[in-house]
Amino acid sequence: MIEVTKVWKRFAAPVLRDVTLTVPTGCLYGLIGPGAAGKSVLLKCLAGLLRPELGSVRVFGQAIEALDEVSLQAVRNRVGMLFQNNALFDHLTVAENIAFPLRRRGITDEAEIASRVADRLRAVSLPGFEQRLPGGLSGGQKKRVGVARATVTRAEVVLYDEPAAGLDPVTSQKIFDLLRREQQEAGATVVMVSSDIDRLLTVTDRVGMMLDGALIFDGTTAEAHGSLHPVVKQFVHGEVDGPL
Amino acid sequence: MATEDEGISAQTGRAVLSLATDVGGAAVLAGRLLRRMAPPRLDGPELWRNLHRMGVRSLPIVGVTALFTGGIMVIQAGVLIRRFGAEGLLGWGAGFATLREVGPILIALMFSGRVGANNTAELATMTVTEQIDALETLAIDPLSYLILPRVIAMVVMLFVLTIYGDVLALAGAAFMGDALLGVSTATFWNGFIETIRVWDMATGLIKSALFGGVIALSSSHFGLAVTGGAPGVGRAVNASVVASATGIFVCDYLATYVLQ
Repeated sequence: MIEVTKVWKRFAAPVLRDVTLTVPTGCLYGLIGPGAAGKSVLLKCLAGLLRPELGSVRVFGQAIEALDEVSLQAVRNRVGMLFQNNALFDHLTVAENIAFPLRRRGITDEAEIASRVADRLRAVSLPGFEQRLPGGLSGGQKKRVGVARATVTRAEVVLYDEPAAGLDPVTSQKIFDLLRREQQEAGATVVMVSSDIDRLLTVTDRVGMMLDGALIFDGTTAEAHGSLHPVVKQFVHGEVDGPL
Repeated sequence: MATEDEGISAQTGRAVLSLATDVGGAAVLAGRLLRRMAPPRLDGPELWRNLHRMGVRSLPIVGVTALFTGGIMVIQAGVLIRRFGAEGLLGWGAGFATLREVGPILIALMFSGRVGANNTAELATMTVTEQIDALETLAIDPLSYLILPRVIAMVVMLFVLTIYGDVLALAGAAFMGDALLGVSTATFWNGFIETIRVWDMATGLIKSALFGGVIALSSSHFGLAVTGGAPGVGRAVNASVVASATGIFVCDYLATYVLQ
């Protein structure tokens, strides 16, 4: 379970304002909202990359902001993350990028590593790309390699920041279906930020909407579809007229 | 006038604050790296990879620079050497200047331009594309995995490259002395061996290790502290090269004073 309680975070201006939210174990939680609403910042707080100035972020029952580096690394071993920019390591091949988390978790059996890399590449429709370098991939291919790396360890908590950005509609839907399938098979708790609302809402259990750093809606996917909150209604249904 | 004064004061204040931020940032980075050295926590394969690409691949540029530097020194000194008939001092003059000052400084500046700038660009790109964050989420300490191997590689390889460059600069000087002034190689080396002390060589090598530290800390600090996306990478590289060059000269001044 992930519990965020009254979290405040600011850079030049506040980017998270009194955010409180709970993601139950095994839930696929979609985080939506317009640009610069604080979604990616919240995701980084969940991963322990940013520490809130006020409030608490608890993952696996541990307050992330209070952990020392060693304890935080132990938590991170159980967390996977896909970044908005994919964050593939430029000097490593596609296969090495995907294998990287496995090796870092102490898996040394090369046959097992190769098998899991091949499995992930098949899942994201990139078989045969093992020896390519990230610099030679298109934006969509990089995104798919990022998804493969984020899911290779079958982490208990997985955080996705725009997993389908830059992908065509068919591949995008395939990725969402893949992530849902992975989440259900692994029983993982997933928080997913995406601008592709239509496809995101086909796979989520619960949805939260952020606006100007505040969480203005938190409910089931069905509740999001039927919400009468003017901002949520406009955003979910993609209406031009409204407060946004 | 008062407005201009205020403007200058504000600009000076900002420059001092910026300098303090960067010097402080590099010092904090040094402290965090030192904590990871006892007991050593660094990635072996990354260290070897960096030793190779920072050191071995710098051999051609350092070699060419050193050879020509030795030759240029003789061309510049040639007129005076001839006028005073001081051919016997050529080995001493070239050796003293090369080993204590010219060799370490020029090789450090070349190293800063090639390796330091590249290091900043790489780290800054990794920072803005969230690769550093990705390492952290994979439970990998970026300082142990990424920075410490680079810092050690830069210090070690600049030290080694200085020895290599010194030898080539002296060879260049000996060759030009023979070709331009008619000072035989034997006379050159006799003058060198009879007058140059081990301490002269040690002084230059101590300086090269210090310069390596300055370049490593400066280039890593600016790479990790980058903000502002892709344009920020360019600004970081620029700031890193300027800071490294300034740091090299300040460090040289202090080291020369202490190591006399």
